[in-house]
Amino acid sequence: MSILASLDREADQAVRTHNWFLLIWRIFLYVALFGGGFLFMLPALWMLTTAFKTMAEAQSFPPVWLPTKFELSNFTQPFVDLPFGQFYYNTLFLTFSNLIGVLLSCTPVAYAFARLQFRGREQLFILVLATMMLPDQSTLIPLYIFFSKLHWVNSYLPLIVPRFFATDAFIIFLMRQFFRTIPTDLDDACKIDGGGPITILLRIILPLSAPLMGVVLIFIFVGEWNAFFWPLIYLNTMEKYTISLGLQLFQSRYFVQMNTLMAMSLLSSLPTLILFFLAQRQFLKGIVLTGVNR
Amino acid sequence: MSNAIESAKLPATISTPARRKGLSLRAREELIAYLLISPWIIGFLVFTLGALVFSLIISFYNTDLMSPSKFIGLDNYKEMLFDDELFWQALKVTTLYTLGVVPVQVGLGLAVALLLNQKVRGLGVWRTVFYVPSVVSGVAVAMIWIWFFHPDFGLFNAILASFGIKGPSWLYSETWALPSLIITSIWNIGPGMLIFLAGLQSIPKEMYEAAQLDGATAWRQFTHITIPMLSPQILFNSIIGIIGSYQVFTTSFVMTEGGPNNATLTMVLYLYRRGFLLARFGYASALAWVLFLIIMVFTLFTLRSSRSSVFYGG
Repeated sequence: MSILASLDREADQAVRTHNWFLLIWRIFLYVALFGGGFLFMLPALWMLTTAFKTMAEAQSFPPVWLPTKFELSNFTQPFVDLPFGQFYYNTLFLTFSNLIGVLLSCTPVAYAFARLQFRGREQLFILVLATMMLPDQSTLIPLYIFFSKLHWVNSYLPLIVPRFFATDAFIIFLMRQFFRTIPTDLDDACKIDGGGPITILLRIILPLSAPLMGVVLIFIFVGEWNAFFWPLIYLNTMEKYTISLGLQLFQSRYFVQMNTLMAMSLLSSLPTLILFFLAQRQFLKGIVLTGVNR
Repeated sequence: MSNAIESAKLPATISTPARRKGLSLRAREELIAYLLISPWIIGFLVFTLGALVFSLIISFYNTDLMSPSKFIGLDNYKEMLFDDELFWQALKVTTLYTLGVVPVQVGLGLAVALLLNQKVRGLGVWRTVFYVPSVVSGVAVAMIWIWFFHPDFGLFNAILASFGIKGPSWLYSETWALPSLIITSIWNIGPGMLIFLAGLQSIPKEMYEAAQLDGATAWRQFTHITIPMLSPQILFNSIIGIIGSYQVFTTSFVMTEGGPNNATLTMVLYLYRRGFLLARFGYASALAWVLFLIIMVFTLFTLRSSRSSVFYGG
């Protein structure tokens, strides 16, 4: 009892004032948190520990949770058997190209929809919202034919070029929602000094958009890093593969080597995991501020 | 028009206070706005609207991109609806998957958000814990779960065995393969949970204080304040969930390749097979259109049925 009670101040107080209902509520809260948290972390924990196991440990039944000695060769073997370094480089290249494309194209579009007056604004924005509902696959075949006529199949161009044309409706939507919350008083001050809309975007809106950019950065980075369907369609040769494709190839080849597979999965998830841990606070604050919910 | 394009190249000179000849401030702002959204207009016309129209056209053709295409009218649609068992199988699988995943994901996302909205220690850590499954790559997640479900040395059957139960063969069983994929997908509640959290934090505290003064119990506060105030988020998450579930691909592609005996053949996996493995692009386009229509019907149905129960404002 004393361990649970010391868990937090409110529970402490509950014990002192004999508020048993509150105490039971606090205990329930933490049991739910630890239980649920454990269940949700289970796959990730399993990946982490299995990555260091030997083959024998990885395949023992019943399963062993912790490795007895750290089998580090799990991490090096894939780099020897497959061009995993190349997959990493390819994925980085794609992710950063798309990040630049989306930020450069969507920011001005969202700014115009949020802050500038022009004819047809509302109607055009409805079209942006409508594209959000459109499943990707409905344009898959025509785009594939289009890009194959351009001889772009098995290159990164079909994956990158559309992103420079503000095709990410959800990002535009997020950005517009946020830009609308910035007070217009500052704009007026800037206008008096003779600044036009673009000066306002660069000098006022962007410097105030750090939380938004945190959210957008994480959404795009995680999405691009883990992308599977589109690279699968467009990339045919192994030296062009991204990490997700490489992992899948690896899985079909080394199906029984769970330890090596988990080591690779861990390596492939590290960038997104690290980014999320670092930007977590900013990200969650940004989510609240951008008002995804409105 | 050429004049408009001339002055559309303004950005470099915009910071000078001089007004452009003949253009009022308003007209200038409008011009710049069109200039700023022009990448989107081009992108929309080419990659969305153009592609959609083109997709509809090729769905009336028989084409493999190699030999000349042949116009066959509605034959692709006729074949799909009356002559293709796999289409109906894929539709059934995807619908069952959606019905299995979306309600649980929304409910669980809401439950975790409520839990994290309490005053608890180490909030940042907890939020990360529940979000992590959504950050890990879909292929990696699928591989982890393949091993959880492994009939001989997987975690689930180990747990069942410790109770003396012989577990099913999960991904290798026609009955259990689809439920296994559903269980896997339920873990991905992160984004929905964040949207609920944001919603919870925007509910004014005064509402709860007023309710407490009136002697409302915690349960009544939950059903009469929290749920109505969160109804827009519940609707949003449900719709996003439906749209996403109907497009499920990676999980079934990596974990079961649609098997065993097409028990996990999803719509997009089927479209991929038809289009890219069998090179029937016309048929695949027809499938894509049907998928699009199904998603639209489902979305509109959800929107309509929620009209009376969703509360905006406050």
